[in-house]
Amino acid sequence: MIELVKSILPAPSKVSALVRALRSFALLRESGVGMVGAGLVLFWVIVALFAPVIAPFEPNAQLLPMAKPGTAFPGGATFWLGADQLGRDILSRIIWGSRTVLFFAPLATLCAYTVGIIMGLAAGYYRGKLDEFLSFVANAILSFPVLVLYVLVISTIGPSGINIVIAITFASAPGIMRIVRGLVLDLRNRDYVAAAQTRGESSWYIMLVEILPNARGPLIVDACLRLGYVVITIGVLGFLGLGLPPPDPDWGGMVNFARPLAIVFPHMTVFPCIAISSLILGFNLLADGLREISLRD
Amino acid sequence: MSQNAIPPVLEIDNLGISYFTRAGEIPAVKDFSLSLGAGESVGLVGESGCGKSTVAMGIMRYLGSNGAIVGGAIRFKGRDMNELNEAELRQIRGSEIAMIYQEPMAALNPSLTIATQLIEVSMTHEGIGEAEAHARAIQVLADVNLPDAERIMAAYPHQLSGGQQQRVVVCMALLSNPSLLLLDEPTTALDVTVEAGLVRLIAGLSEKYGTALLYISHNLGLITDTCDRVCVMYSGESVEEGTVNEVFNAPRHPYTHGLFGCIPLPTADKNARPLMPIQGQLPLPHERPPGCNFGPRCDHFGAGRCDGDEIAMQAVSNSGSAHRARCLRWHEINWDLDIAVETEREEIPVGDVVLAVDGMQKYYAVHDRSIGAWISGKGVRYVKANEALDFRARKGETVAIVGESGCGKSTFAKVLVGLEASTGGKVRFDGDEIGQTSVHDRTSEQIGSLQMIFQNPDETLNPSLTIGSQIGRVIRKFGVEVEPDKIRERVLRLLDTVKLPRDFIHRRPRQLSGGQKQRVGIARAFAGNPSLVVADEPVSALDVSVQAAVTELLMDIQREHGTTLLFISHDLSAVRYLADRVVVMYLGRVMERGSTDKVFSPPYHPYTEALLSAVPIADPNIEKREIILEGNPPSVIDQPPGCPFQTRCPRKLGPLCETEAPPSRDAGDGHVIACHMELTGLRQVEHVIRFSNGNGVAGKE
Repeated sequence: MIELVKSILPAPSKVSALVRALRSFALLRESGVGMVGAGLVLFWVIVALFAPVIAPFEPNAQLLPMAKPGTAFPGGATFWLGADQLGRDILSRIIWGSRTVLFFAPLATLCAYTVGIIMGLAAGYYRGKLDEFLSFVANAILSFPVLVLYVLVISTIGPSGINIVIAITFASAPGIMRIVRGLVLDLRNRDYVAAAQTRGESSWYIMLVEILPNARGPLIVDACLRLGYVVITIGVLGFLGLGLPPPDPDWGGMVNFARPLAIVFPHMTVFPCIAISSLILGFNLLADGLREISLRD
Repeated sequence: MSQNAIPPVLEIDNLGISYFTRAGEIPAVKDFSLSLGAGESVGLVGESGCGKSTVAMGIMRYLGSNGAIVGGAIRFKGRDMNELNEAELRQIRGSEIAMIYQEPMAALNPSLTIATQLIEVSMTHEGIGEAEAHARAIQVLADVNLPDAERIMAAYPHQLSGGQQQRVVVCMALLSNPSLLLLDEPTTALDVTVEAGLVRLIAGLSEKYGTALLYISHNLGLITDTCDRVCVMYSGESVEEGTVNEVFNAPRHPYTHGLFGCIPLPTADKNARPLMPIQGQLPLPHERPPGCNFGPRCDHFGAGRCDGDEIAMQAVSNSGSAHRARCLRWHEINWDLDIAVETEREEIPVGDVVLAVDGMQKYYAVHDRSIGAWISGKGVRYVKANEALDFRARKGETVAIVGESGCGKSTFAKVLVGLEASTGGKVRFDGDEIGQTSVHDRTSEQIGSLQMIFQNPDETLNPSLTIGSQIGRVIRKFGVEVEPDKIRERVLRLLDTVKLPRDFIHRRPRQLSGGQKQRVGIARAFAGNPSLVVADEPVSALDVSVQAAVTELLMDIQREHGTTLLFISHDLSAVRYLADRVVVMYLGRVMERGSTDKVFSPPYHPYTEALLSAVPIADPNIEKREIILEGNPPSVIDQPPGCPFQTRCPRKLGPLCETEAPPSRDAGDGHVIACHMELTGLRQVEHVIRFSNGNGVAGKE
């Protein structure tokens, strides 16, 4: 019976979405820059996942104030990167802090993309008055200095993880909308969109199924780049004291907290800064690599 | 002959050109030889990807960073192009060898005036002063039939029409008086009537200046009209060469022979003498078969012989002419027998009226918000895309709508499928008025029974979805089947219908060739069991050998389902071949309509007459009366008063044509001509196309 079914059905050449995603990721191997970026990002993802195992100390435990990097601690442990003025181990705080940034940065980017894509699809597909209105709103938001916007939004609704996400969504969605709108304006004139229209598909079906998947190339590259910017933003907000409320570790907050003593004890500011820039560099290089391979084929 | 006395302008010996990519060396051109004398014109014909443009680029030694000449020699006026350095090449390019490309808009710099671009040529290559160069440019502009030279010189490219732009490009190429002109599909982007004018112009200029022409084209008809000799290329090699008469009358390579079975010549007929497509498709450059590249698609393939060593060109004529072909079996094949194989088919019975269009009108409002328009009160102007369109289509019938770009044929298709609403008149489909019903207000039966096939194979399918899901979606949407298993079953059957392998159901569009994509587009249109299918130039973007197969497939399915086909096209040869009735449109208005043989024989509307004359036909035995339309088609916003065709009409009567719209004259049997000329006058007009033996060619014999 099974043989019979097999002989009737064509060989299953359908591959799962996961396999295809992995396959396209394997293409990245051809871009050296992209591999370095992917390595950096992957490093921080692993650090964040295994934070409880890797971190030598409790991130908030006050142990040995202003220990220099490499100072030994009774019991065999070492302050590899030193400790801050409250005696908290900097390495452990960086490790735990990676969780914060790698949770909120993708979340904020995702939210910004959801809002931006919906606005961009609607503006580009319907055009006319709706487009004029949405583009006007987007331009109005984009004309604000970004930092002022963040400070305004967060000081109004108060600093917390979710509010950071809201602020970033508010500030980034207009930029994403403009990219999506531009792509949709081009894609909506394709014959397959006309074919969908002539069979009476609903507008949202056309936007989400016929148009959006074909805009994914540039959007993935942009999302990667934007993740980097969001990491910067989260760092800046932490530095301005608008990030996560203390005492939980936050890279930007760590720099801010140690800033008064930065000249005397540079290790307290330098290492969190390195963490921030390495992650951003990772995202940017990854975006470069993705762009390189997307242009090649 | 006298080749020793006058050395040829261009001599190519065993040229080989390769591109070097990540996948390795890809030979684009192999073993290519050609000789071109002064004032001679040679055609290079072939389908896309056969290497004809690469040859042109190779002659210029302009192959990009990853292309290189890997063998053979190109001698231009006795100098080996391969030994010249960059500075010497610059001296030759654009001055002694000029090139004309397909897209005039891409060849001209949009941010410079025509004057700047023309003067630069003479100043760079001849070192003359600006005033002199300006005078020279004006003189050559007059030569390319652009009379208003001063105005053209001051214009920017976007202010000129496509035909004018291409004339400017020709002028630019001729400024430095080149000895060799390379034309890479110079008229493909233009309308046929504009093309006819340009083709004649280039021929005349070549005679006047003694320029040698290398004409690259996929259009066999164009080569017949323009060239002395022809070289047919297939998959990187020349497969046959000789004079146009020799090659086109007695092709001695199965590929050339097959090509003529694929193009709708006036002798072809969809029932009595259908097209004979070439099976298979062009091999990719890195997947060429051993031996003869055409082997896998050839009906005369001989295993062990044709797939052995590389095959050399050999003389195929006893008379000592230069007719050569790359075929081992050319003398074994009975070439005449092959043509006579006829698979006659029954005519499709024609039923009731399915679509009735009465006085349909579609205007687009254009809002001009400038102060000037506000003062003059002309704030809203109308683009009259369709004006008073009348015709009927019956069940099982093929009605062709013919016209050049901008004649409103695509707008009409949009109104039919409900993407636009008409602004007047009636469109009744199966008795229901649909002209003003948008697609969202139609029932799913109505939508399913009126479907469309699109022009561009690369855009007709969504690149992100599998073939199966795209066809399946249509079936589900129109409620033909509901259960997933049944839907899948039906998708598989549809794939069988369009002669595609069943495992294509999982493929994505990028894994398909152009012809295969178009087949999927046909399957999708027929998924909802339509009673009327609108085909908007369904094959014009495909290669000749694939066109025939897709056209035949479309007609087979139509025959099987008794579907009415509305075939929108600018290609009169294809229309003559497959349409039962024809509607000729110009600037949104019907100029002539009637059964195909009536429209294609006198009395003609003067526009139909000009169209027929302009279409190139790949048969050297056919003579055409030459009618060249002067001027450009008027813009759809500023339509001329009276008859829309009066600005270009060679038979214009006088002021009457400029003031009053022409009456529709019935010449019998539903053959209607909209012209001020009396039918008796129109009847005296001779056939445009006739065989050399004197017989006129009508639609069907």
